[in-house]
Amino acid sequence: RFFYTCKQAHQMLSEGMDRQLSVAERAQLKLHLSMCRSCTNFSGQMRLLREAMKKMSKDGGNE
Amino acid sequence: MTALPELHRQLDEMRPALLRFAMLQLRNQTHAEDVVQEALLAILEKPDNFSGKSSLRTYVIGILKFKIIDLLRLSGREIQLADSEDSDQSEAELIDSLFRADGHTHQDASAWGSPHGTLEQKDFFRTLEICLEKLPAQTSRVFMMREWLELSTEEICKELDITTSNLWVLLYRARLRLRECLDLNWFGNLAK
Repeated sequence: RFFYTCKQAHQMLSEGMDRQLSVAERAQLKLHLSMCRSCTNFSGQMRLLREAMKKMSKDGGNE
Repeated sequence: MTALPELHRQLDEMRPALLRFAMLQLRNQTHAEDVVQEALLAILEKPDNFSGKSSLRTYVIGILKFKIIDLLRLSGREIQLADSEDSDQSEAELIDSLFRADGHTHQDASAWGSPHGTLEQKDFFRTLEICLEKLPAQTSRVFMMREWLELSTEEICKELDITTSNLWVLLYRARLRLRECLDLNWFGNLAK
């Protein structure tokens, strides 16, 4: 399929945190995100989760 | 260098948090207490190794992470947590329940705002810990290895003897569950 569904976009956003996405995958993801506010928000949520874990990994968070 | 009695006091204060982090990764009270004890002993045996370039807390957590990685490498396969096929199926069903048949979400994801403000709040991290505790054991272990111990995907696959595609699925499930949990319990977005 040329167009990702939200389910595929979510999976690609997650996998993109663990591996290098292909050029085609990145292009399809970018296209989907340009048309989907919900998945753009999901992308921001994944970034926040990663930053939170980085902070927890470094100093345990704010204690 | 911190004076030894003061170092003792500070490490004692950190101990409950260190135990919580070890438990999140190991899901076994005995193993968690062992690695925390080993980490604290290592620091007390060579207090001069702490140069003060980072905070004591960052230094201690760094030592604890090494101790946990050592334990996983020594006995990783033995203390592996097997998820049953049943739980694997229920995990897949949980993800399916978030999407309609056409692959689009039942409910739009909301914006969580700037990470900066959120990550300055102590209670946010307590909520995140609670969400991590709720993850299925194997999913939690894999996620913590990736995001807390900061191991590469290759290292995790080698340690747990799983394929990369299996790992990506487990990490995806962990992130979706954590997203749902934080959305509900921190950002206050009730499912419609």
